[in-house]
Amino acid sequence: MQEKRDTTAVNAFRYFRRMIFRRGLFKSMRSRAMKAGLVLLIFLTISFIALPVASLFLRSPMGTVLHSLKSPMVADALRLSISTAAVTTITIVILGTPLAYVNARFRYPGKEIVDSVIDLPVIMPPAVAGIALLMAFGRMGIVGQHLNAMGISVAFTTLAVIIAQMFVSSPFYIRQAKTSFEDVDLSLENAARTLGASQAYTFFHVVLPIAYRGLVSGAIMAFARSLGEFGATIMFAGNFQGRTQTMPLAIYTAMQGDLDAALCLAIILVIISFLVIFLVRALSRRMYENAGN
Amino acid sequence: MEKCKILIMLVLLAGLSPALAEEGERLTVFCGAGLTGALSEIGGVYENATNISVEFNFDGVPALRSQIEQGAYADILVSANLKHMNALKSEGFINNSTVEVFARNKVAIIVPNDNPASITGLKDLASPGVKILMGTKDLPAGDYALQVLDKLAADPEYGPAYRESVLSNVVSQETTVNRIVSKIALGEADAGFAFISDVSPQMVGKVTRILIPEKYNVVGDFPVAVLSQSKYPVEAQAFLDMIMSTEGQSILGKYGFIPAVQSGASSGTAEAATA
Repeated sequence: MQEKRDTTAVNAFRYFRRMIFRRGLFKSMRSRAMKAGLVLLIFLTISFIALPVASLFLRSPMGTVLHSLKSPMVADALRLSISTAAVTTITIVILGTPLAYVNARFRYPGKEIVDSVIDLPVIMPPAVAGIALLMAFGRMGIVGQHLNAMGISVAFTTLAVIIAQMFVSSPFYIRQAKTSFEDVDLSLENAARTLGASQAYTFFHVVLPIAYRGLVSGAIMAFARSLGEFGATIMFAGNFQGRTQTMPLAIYTAMQGDLDAALCLAIILVIISFLVIFLVRALSRRMYENAGN
Repeated sequence: MEKCKILIMLVLLAGLSPALAEEGERLTVFCGAGLTGALSEIGGVYENATNISVEFNFDGVPALRSQIEQGAYADILVSANLKHMNALKSEGFINNSTVEVFARNKVAIIVPNDNPASITGLKDLASPGVKILMGTKDLPAGDYALQVLDKLAADPEYGPAYRESVLSNVVSQETTVNRIVSKIALGEADAGFAFISDVSPQMVGKVTRILIPEKYNVVGDFPVAVLSQSKYPVEAQAFLDMIMSTEGQSILGKYGFIPAVQSGASSGTAEAATA
């Protein structure tokens, strides 16, 4: 008995729904509600990301933040971060470019594995990277103990900061460089070779000029990732002002005493991040236009 | 489409379930990282005795203070010095009548067991090339270490030059005392300024303590207090009483702290057992 009534109710509901659908009434209401919902959802998502960034600027009076620029901790951190990230980026470009080119152009056994290993630091938690670097280059580490025997010790030096940055940010350059090389038309390379250019000449005068913008945007991404490196650095390089205390470490340390200094450094890093996004976008847009021509 | 809907529902349910489960009473304890071992054990005893769960946030005390100042919720703060506790008191975060010193501690030099720089006494810390770890100046362990160095500098046997050489050997200023101990245990540095309590059971065999003579050492008061924002002030006070109880004090003693209540128990400990 009960069941029967239920089915009639369901049928009635279905009938009404069909009627409303046919007339388009419900349909237009539903689509308007969906549109409003969609706008709300997008607004929430954007503000979720934008609000904390904006709060950095809103919470801190600009005067005190600018004043903190003069504090030795902030100045040292800024100088150390910029210089180590620059050295890291240059080293990655020198070491990573040949690898990216070879992986873009040639097939060899184990290439898939090589690609995966290169990408590993991107998804590796920074704390894992830190402990891995300690196990390799620490005083008792696999490589470190031999270096130590030669009187070279890496941990707690600026070199350790650079090694940590290289470890975490090299995939950002190598990945981008590889795709940029893959995008270079192979027929251009072949044409240069048939005209008598050596492989090296072709690389420097044909491939490199075409892939150039992609490589630069990859390098900028690696630079930005190096500036932001925190977890591996604090575990492997330690925390010493002027020597290993980069901007993120200084923010963490200053949070325990001088909040203004922490905010000042945070704002500098946010501005740099904006510049990086802007530069990379501008570069990739121009690359796209060039490809179109 | 149906599958998709079910999946979304499941994800939402999974996301909500911890929020729904948060019915029972729970104490949130912000605790200096160096006290991890001892306070975890006392927390376990408290949980068994009361059925109230205890959740810890272990970090450097300055970091905990910043978190509280920025609005983090905690019922209890366990600090490694009075400086940060007093600062929070003057800012109104602490229920002032609850503050009590529950243990004392002293500075100790810790070295890796194989002692690569062969450090046997205070003088060796000033030798060129020795790698020393210290806390930041805001970290209690760093603050106490600087006080010890000041005392040494004031003694003509060492003098201000000694302090300068030791400070120039510092390779890193760590943000928790645990990180000093674990980096020494890994053998990454030659010596570290930590506490006499820092050779925890799992560190025995990895690090060795070098004691600092009484006349140069400082005795640090470790205070604990209930926060004024606590939703469970009575339960929090019971936790404090547990720390001060004979059992709590003996656990602290086992981890190398100097108990604040000497065994022979004062009247305060008797009521803690019934609370």
